[in-house]
Amino acid sequence: MLQVTNLTKKFGGVTAVDNLSFNVQKGTIHSIIGPNGAGKTTLVNMITGVYKVDSGTVFLDGADITNISTNKLVYRGICRTFQNLEICSNMTVLENVLLGFDKYMDKSIFKSSFRTKSIIEDEQRYTKRALHLLSLIGLEKFAYTKAQNLSYGILKKLEIIRALATSPELILLDEPVAGLNPKETAEVSQLIKTVVKDEVTIILIEHDMKMVMDISDYITVMNFGQKLASGTPQEIANNEDVIKAYLGSGYE
Amino acid sequence: MKNKPTNYLLQTINSNKEILILTAILVVAPFLFQNDFHYEIAIVAILNAMICIGLNLLMGYAGQVSLGHGAFAGLGAYISVILVSNYQFSPVFSIFLSIVLMSILGFIISKPILKLKGHYLAMATLGIGIIINIVLEVEEDLTGGTDGMSVDSFTFFGYELVDSLQWYILVAVLLVLFIYLFENLINSPFGRILKSIHDSQNAATSVGIDVSHYKSIVFVLSVVIATIAGSLYAFFSGFISPGEASFAHSIELVVMVVLGGLGRVYGAIFGAVILTVLPQFLTAFEEYETLIFGLIVVAVMIFMPKGISSLWDKIVEKKGTKNVTSN
Repeated sequence: MLQVTNLTKKFGGVTAVDNLSFNVQKGTIHSIIGPNGAGKTTLVNMITGVYKVDSGTVFLDGADITNISTNKLVYRGICRTFQNLEICSNMTVLENVLLGFDKYMDKSIFKSSFRTKSIIEDEQRYTKRALHLLSLIGLEKFAYTKAQNLSYGILKKLEIIRALATSPELILLDEPVAGLNPKETAEVSQLIKTVVKDEVTIILIEHDMKMVMDISDYITVMNFGQKLASGTPQEIANNEDVIKAYLGSGYE
Repeated sequence: MKNKPTNYLLQTINSNKEILILTAILVVAPFLFQNDFHYEIAIVAILNAMICIGLNLLMGYAGQVSLGHGAFAGLGAYISVILVSNYQFSPVFSIFLSIVLMSILGFIISKPILKLKGHYLAMATLGIGIIINIVLEVEEDLTGGTDGMSVDSFTFFGYELVDSLQWYILVAVLLVLFIYLFENLINSPFGRILKSIHDSQNAATSVGIDVSHYKSIVFVLSVVIATIAGSLYAFFSGFISPGEASFAHSIELVVMVVLGGLGRVYGAIFGAVILTVLPQFLTAFEEYETLIFGLIVVAVMIFMPKGISSLWDKIVEKKGTKNVTSN
């Protein structure tokens, strides 16, 4: 579904991502792992149009989507979450999810100003859907709580739910369990697994190896901006280059 | 703070109650006015409140600072006035044309400067405000320079407004109308977009919102309201000078919004009314007027950092009444 070919990004003299190519199959969880500084987040930023690509192309279902901006990609069915939490902290949990439905809602200034029937109906319809999404992960009891009053773990989940509200075909999760305790990690893992059931393709960037090995269908390993290896979790776990990159050589 | 329903239908009912209170105050107020001077202060306060509604949309909701709104109001006013005196257009049509021109100008300005953030944005809007002020002072043929120019009387669909009461009714009706529209706008998906831009532009972008587009829209909206209020003020006072577009006026407007309470529907109105009326009371202190005025403003900001309207929250919370905060 997503085809990345020869993607390169340089920051000054540093090549953050170097001639990287990989394919993501529809309906799978494709993890991208690698040591810190391997260029994983840069890769996500390039796919989602945050950074301009120096060279290479990104195809979505055969269509060239290289350098299309993040907000436009949402309308093409690609949504992402962030390594550092990006939640509207002064808004309620419900409002944060409703924000995810934004692309379906009528935002005409004139209609909004006069609060026409269609605006109210929209709001009611999507409030119901947002509450349903929240109920899937047991957050509906926090629907009317301001996001700033909730724990980091809950907000991490909220961010995934918000991304889901845009009904993407492909979702990029940038370290969804970074900083979470084992219980929260298990919950997020569970959430991601149930998401896949609904046929959303996932690109997962994560350091938590247990989780990656547990839920990935396919893994690409990056090191110094280049592809080190790729394969099923089983293959990656036994790949000597990968072990070397993570643990250093000389490890028995 | 917990579990306050933000059901949007419920919210309309609530805000209707507030708007009714405001309407009642506006209706009752003229009975307390004893002379034209009182009317004048009330009208100026209401016009300032209008500009502050727009500025609050920009600053309080979308989180974009502007230190140039006095200048936009002044320039909009000048355009309206010049169209009437030099081209003999009717005042209402002139204001309409001025709105169109100012919208275009606002849109063009907004594109580059709203890429800036925080202090840099403040500096940029400040610069633009000062440029506008200088242009108004230098273009003497059109604007009369620093001496200002007299303004033709205001006719409203063939009906000439001379009486203070008539003016009062006009601006009061407009104020209520603006608040009504403003509240609806804030409690719609559009309003949610503005709040999200304030909180996290990355979040907004990640769900498909074109942040720069909405920043421009809200900037233009606030400029339009400033143009309307500025123009009405010029027609009301019968005189206009570059002082209307001065940096001091821009700052005054920002102080009104902040003092009243950023991001609060009625905050901006509180702020505008208090900052317009208060100096009149303080004239009793003669040369200490500005000093006392300054002290009061500082005291309010120290003890009520969220603005005067936060006082209202405390009263409401004590009474245990529900849900006003989300406005």
